[in-house]
Amino acid sequence: MSVSDWLLFLLVRSLSLASLPGSIPFSSLQVQPQPDAKMCDQTFLAITFGPCDSCGLNKPLMNIYLKNEPINYCSLCVELMACQGLATGETIHTLKAESESLKTKLEEERAKLHDVELHQVAEKVEALGQFVMKTRRTLKGHGNKVLCMDWCRDKRRIVSSSQDGKVIVWDAYTTNKEHAVTMPCTWVMACAYAPSGCAVACGGLDNKCSVYPLSLDKNENLSAKKKSVAMHTNYLSSCSFTNSDMQILTSSGDGTCALWDVESGQLLQSFHGHSADVLSLNLAPSETGNTFVSGGCDKKANVWDMRSGQNVQSFETHESDINSVKYYPSGDAFATGSDDATCRLYDLRADREVAIYSKESIIFGASSVDFSLSGRLLFAGYNDYTINVWDVLKGTRVAILFGHENRVSTVRVSPDGTAFCSGSWDNTLRSHSQVGCSSGKWWRWRLNGS
Amino acid sequence: MIGLSTAACRSLFSPVCVRAVQQEYYKMTIRSDRDHGQRYRPRMSCLKKVEAIVVQMQDPSTGVKGADQKLNVTTIPHAITGQVIIAWIAKNMNMDSDEAQAFGTMLVAFGYIYPLQDHKKLVLKPDGSLYRFQTPYFWPVQKWKAEDTDYAIYLAKRNIRKKGVLDAYEQEEYNKLHTWLNHKWDFIVMQAKEQYHAGKARQKADRVVFDCQERAYWIVHRPPPQTYSAMDCGLDRHIDPNVEEIIYTQQAVMRSRVKSSVSLGALVKYMTTFKNHDPFLVPCLPSNPWQTDNDSYWELNMTDVEVPTKMRVERWSFSFYELLNDPRGRADFKVFLKKEFSGENLAFWEAAEELKWGTAASMSEKAEHIFKTFLAPGAPRWINIDGRTMGLTVKGLEHPHRYVLDAAQTHIFMLMKKDTFYRYLKSPVYKEIQKKAISPEPHNFSDSQLQQNMRNRRPSISPIITWQKEQEEKAKAAAAAGPIDIKKLMASKLDRK
Repeated sequence: MSVSDWLLFLLVRSLSLASLPGSIPFSSLQVQPQPDAKMCDQTFLAITFGPCDSCGLNKPLMNIYLKNEPINYCSLCVELMACQGLATGETIHTLKAESESLKTKLEEERAKLHDVELHQVAEKVEALGQFVMKTRRTLKGHGNKVLCMDWCRDKRRIVSSSQDGKVIVWDAYTTNKEHAVTMPCTWVMACAYAPSGCAVACGGLDNKCSVYPLSLDKNENLSAKKKSVAMHTNYLSSCSFTNSDMQILTSSGDGTCALWDVESGQLLQSFHGHSADVLSLNLAPSETGNTFVSGGCDKKANVWDMRSGQNVQSFETHESDINSVKYYPSGDAFATGSDDATCRLYDLRADREVAIYSKESIIFGASSVDFSLSGRLLFAGYNDYTINVWDVLKGTRVAILFGHENRVSTVRVSPDGTAFCSGSWDNTLRSHSQVGCSSGKWWRWRLNGS
Repeated sequence: MIGLSTAACRSLFSPVCVRAVQQEYYKMTIRSDRDHGQRYRPRMSCLKKVEAIVVQMQDPSTGVKGADQKLNVTTIPHAITGQVIIAWIAKNMNMDSDEAQAFGTMLVAFGYIYPLQDHKKLVLKPDGSLYRFQTPYFWPVQKWKAEDTDYAIYLAKRNIRKKGVLDAYEQEEYNKLHTWLNHKWDFIVMQAKEQYHAGKARQKADRVVFDCQERAYWIVHRPPPQTYSAMDCGLDRHIDPNVEEIIYTQQAVMRSRVKSSVSLGALVKYMTTFKNHDPFLVPCLPSNPWQTDNDSYWELNMTDVEVPTKMRVERWSFSFYELLNDPRGRADFKVFLKKEFSGENLAFWEAAEELKWGTAASMSEKAEHIFKTFLAPGAPRWINIDGRTMGLTVKGLEHPHRYVLDAAQTHIFMLMKKDTFYRYLKSPVYKEIQKKAISPEPHNFSDSQLQQNMRNRRPSISPIITWQKEQEEKAKAAAAAGPIDIKKLMASKLDRK
C-alpha cells in the first residue's frame, strides 16, 4: 500500500491522532449488528452490508477507493490498515504534502467545467423592482435572548426558544401564545416543529434533544410527556425533523451530526467529518430527500448522505465560522452565512462556490440565512442588528430592515413564502412581509418596533 | 486633542496598568484553557475593520469635526454631535442615512464612541446629542478582559468619591462583588484608594474626561438592566479548529461534475418558473394574510379543499415533486391513477416512504407487509420492476433495514415521473381540475376595513386536531379498501390492450 492510499483513511486516523476534546471515537458510535438478527436498523444500502474483502465476516462495509479501485472493507479492517500505515514510518508531513497536492488537483478538476459566472447568466434576467418590507407582528413574551425559531407547516404557528430555557409555541398571526415549556437548561439553541404539528423538539446546553408532544389541554404540563431523544457530548446547536415525526437530525458542539429514532431514542447514523463545532444543518428538499448540509466553526460546509453517513461533498471557502446553512428550494444549491460578514451560494452539481453576497459596509457576521419561495431572494440576519435582503442572481442587496435592538439570531421564511420571521437577542420575534401596491402607494418604513 | 493617547494613559494610571499586566500574565497561564477557541479564532476580527474606520474618523483633517462643548459646568474638549457623525459615515462609507445611523449605533454599542448625555443608552441619535471618541486604551479589542476585580475597584472608587453616587443596579452589583471577592477586598479597596488619589492629582478637566471614558467603558462591559451589551458574544465555541484536519480528496476528485452553465441555468430556470408564486415578488391572491389580516388565502389553499386555486393547479405541473408534495395534488393524481388502474406504483412509493421515515420498532412488520402486498410473486398489487432491482430488493429483505426498498422506490419514482406524470398532465382529469379551479379576485380593502380586519384576526384549528382527523380518515380508507379483486383487475387491463 503506497503513501497516497493512506490518504483515504486520514479522516479516520486524524480523528484518533488529534485528541479532540469531547468527541466520540468513530468506531464506538457504530451501531453493532445483532448476531442473530433477521432485521437490523442499519441505515445504509443493501450492497454495503456483506462480506468484508479482508476478514471475510458479514459486516457493514465502508465503500472506499484505493488507487481508483473500489474496495469493501469493514470498519475494523479499515482502522487496522490505517494503524499499520503509521507503523511503516510515513510521517504526517509527507502525507500532508500529498493531501495538499490532491486538494490542488481537486480545485483544478472543479475549475475545468467552470465556463460561466452567475452574474453573466443573470444578465438576461430582469431586475427586481423596489423592495419595501414591513414588520407585521412583534411577538413579545420571552424574558431573554431569542435563539432559534421554526415554522409549523400550517404557515402561521411558530415555536421559539430562548436563553432562559423557555420554549414557546405561538400563533404568529394572532400573536397568541399557545404552549410554553420550561427546559431544565439554559441556552436552548435549537428548536424544531414536527411536520405533523403535534410536537416540538428542542435542546441546548443540556447536550440533549428532547421531544415534547403538544396537547390540546392548556393546563397540561408538557414536561411530563417529554421524550429525551438525542445525546451528544457537547451543546446541541441545531435540530430538525426529517419528513416525519419519527426521526430527528441533530448537530452539536462536539463536531458531529446524528440521526435518531424518536420513539426508541436509538442512534441511527452518525456523521463525522467536521473538526470543530457544527453550528447548523439543513435537510435537502429534493424528491430523493436523502442528503443534508451542515456548516461549522471549521469554516467548512459538508453535504452528507443520510443513508451511509458519508461526507459526499465539502466546501471550504469561508474565512470564518459558518453560522447558518440553507438549501436552495430546488435542492441543487445551498447558501451559507458566516462570521466573516459574507453569505455565499454553493452549487452542488457544479461542485463550487458561485456567488458571494457582501458589501464593504457590512462588517458584522451573518447569523442566519433563508431563501424566499422562488429562491430569488436571500434573507440574512446579521450581528449588527439588521436584516439584509439579497438578490440571489444579481448579487446585489435589495432591501435592509432595521428595528431589532440587538443581534438577529434567526431568520426563517414561512412554508408558503408569505412572510418571514426574525428572532433576536432583544427578546422579541418579528414577522415581516412585502408591502403591497394595491393602494398604489409605496411607503418607506423605518421599523420602530411597532 | 483627540482624547488621551495610550502612552499618556499608561503613565497616568500606572497602578491599573501594572495590575493589568500582572493579570495578563496570570490569564495566560490559567485562562488559555477555557478561552482556547476564542483566542485563536478571529471572532472579533470584524472589530479590526471597525477600528480602522474609527481611526479614520479621528483624522484631524478628513475626520469628523468636533468642538469644545460646555456641559454643566465643565468644558468637554472635542465633542461631536450625532448628526455630524451620521453625515460623515454616510459620505465616507457610501451608505444612506438610515444605514449610517445603524452603523453608528454599533460604534456606540461597542464603545468606540460614547454619549455624554443619557450615557446609559448606547445608541446614536441623529440630532445634536453629544458624543466623544473613546480612548484606545478602553477599546474592546484590547487583550485584557473586563474582569470582576476591575469592576469592583471601579465601583469602590466611585463610592469613595461620594457616598450614594452608585445607581441601584450598581449598588447591587457592588454588594454581590463584596461577597464574591471578599478574600481580595483589602486589595480592591487599596487599589481604589490609589486610583482615587492619583485622579485627584490631575487637572479637573482631564479628570472629568477620564471619568466619562471610564464610565462609558463600564456601561459597555457591564450593561445596566434592560439594556444590551454588544460585547455579549453568546456561548463560547468549544473546539479549537486550528488542529489541522486533513481532508481526503481522492473520492472528491473523482466525483462527476456538471458544467457551470448547465447548473446555473437550472437555478435561473427554477427562479423564473416559480417567480409568480413567490409572495415576495408577486402579490398572492386574494391577498397576503400578513398584510391585510384576512386569512382567505389560507382558507382557499387548505389541504382538503374541494376546489383548488388556479395558481395551485399550475404549480402541480412544474414538477412531479411539486405534485406529490401537495396533498391536494397527490389526491388528484390518485384519481387519475384509479381511472388507469395503475395505483399500485404510487401506493408502493407511499409505503416505502412510510418505511423510510417510520419508527424503528415498526420497520420489520412494515417491510413484511410491503413484500406481501407489492413484491411477492402473485402479490395483489404487484409492481412491475426490472429483474435486477427485484433481485436486489428481495435479497435485501433478508436483512431488512430502513433503506432496503431504496432501489425499487427510485425505479418506481422515475417511472412515474417520466411517464405517468406527463400522461396525467395531458389527461382529462387534470384538464377538468384546471377548468374547475378558481382564481380569486384581489382584495381591495379601505383603511377602515383594514383596521377592522386587524381587530378580528381569526384563530385557526389546532394542527393537532387536523392531524387526528387525517389519521382517522386514513384508517377509514384503509379499512374500506379491502382485498382487491384480481380477476377484475386483469380483465380491465386486457380490455385496455
